[in-house]
Amino acid sequence: MGERVTMTINGMSHEDEVEPRTLLVHHLRETVGLTGTHVGCDTSQCGACTVLLDGDAVKSCTVLAVQADGAAITTIEGMARGDELHPLQQAFWDEHGLQCGYCTPGFIMTAAKLLSDNPNPTDDEIKIGLEGNLCRCTGYVNILKAVRTASRRMLSGSTAASASARSSE
Amino acid sequence: MIPASFEYRRASDLDDATRLLRELGPEAKVLAGGHSLIPLMRLRLAQPTALVDLGRVPGLDGVRVDGDRLRVGALTRHAQLAASPVVRGALPLLAAMAAEVGDLQVRARGTIGGVIAHADPAGDYPTLALMLDAEIVTTRTTHAAADFFQHIFTTPLEADEVIREIAFPVAPGPHRYVKFRRRRCDWAIVGVAAQRLDGGWRLGLTNCGPTPLRARAAEAALAQGESAAGAGARAADGLTPPSDLRASADYRCHLARVLTQRALEEATA
Repeated sequence: MGERVTMTINGMSHEDEVEPRTLLVHHLRETVGLTGTHVGCDTSQCGACTVLLDGDAVKSCTVLAVQADGAAITTIEGMARGDELHPLQQAFWDEHGLQCGYCTPGFIMTAAKLLSDNPNPTDDEIKIGLEGNLCRCTGYVNILKAVRTASRRMLSGSTAASASARSSE
Repeated sequence: MIPASFEYRRASDLDDATRLLRELGPEAKVLAGGHSLIPLMRLRLAQPTALVDLGRVPGLDGVRVDGDRLRVGALTRHAQLAASPVVRGALPLLAAMAAEVGDLQVRARGTIGGVIAHADPAGDYPTLALMLDAEIVTTRTTHAAADFFQHIFTTPLEADEVIREIAFPVAPGPHRYVKFRRRRCDWAIVGVAAQRLDGGWRLGLTNCGPTPLRARAAEAALAQGESAAGAGARAADGLTPPSDLRASADYRCHLARVLTQRALEEATA
């Protein structure tokens, strides 16, 4: 009945037995215990469940865990380095790119893919890149700002400056 | 929402896929990118007893120009099509369509073979395949696109038959796909594709009936020297589109006319 699957999740190898019908998002949340990836709409619309699968941003509610056998997965928990937030996480904080925060992990993972392909996107390119993620709180303005800020900081490598600015707030 | 239980088998190659499909019976389904099938399974609108996963079949993705044909492997994903210099050179309309399928995450997983096999009248590639007389090459035979899209979600594919590739004519000339929808990542309420080929125009309509359609009266009008506006006026001739939550039949006819004119004007701008 069960299928053995092995995935490298945030740099750590995980071998588990899953039912074939287990969706990747449920595997990550319930078997591996990484609950930062959220289930939003359950209909492949909202993008709250977005993770990186071999570098691609994917909706983990629309991938079977068995399809991800052998893959490298990055979730929101794999973004920070120790206590230092990823520049996207820091920028969402600094620019108030969230209110309730439910959609935020998905936005950050999609934005990470967007910036890895296109480190200096225009506003239109950010909007198009994030079209598969829905936020019901913010009106998107500050999310756009946050991605723009993260892009600028990542290009100039100035994340240390932003971290010290935060600690002085 | 979690799909009903099913047996999962991973095919090592297409012969293996055929063998597994025969062994597992007619209620088994082929899994490619899963971005049509898995949502249907989650809603339990589809409850296959088994899935045969093509995801690891080598050589089933990729594109190549072969004489006057662009051959596209069934497992080629939307994002690959949109970015491919080969596709952009040989059939830029396909690359443009691929770039506007769903959203970034969907384009990372969904495949052209999956879209063709699913035969959703709102799908974009079936329109292109039909209007350009593409061939759908399978493990059993080669289907002309004109015979392939039989009805909504209905094709001649047998239970053990798998799409290998889709062969389009090379067509680097003027082209445009206009996809009318409320949000950029939505399905087309109506889509119109225009492609210059062999000295004439091909016009395809998305989501205007149970299958993709050609706007033949508009194509004929262009062949007789009509303008884009004149051709647009004929684009809904004989059309009996569905009415649904998004658009009435009359509105779809209106869109087919307006978007045909627009597609032709933008293709030649």
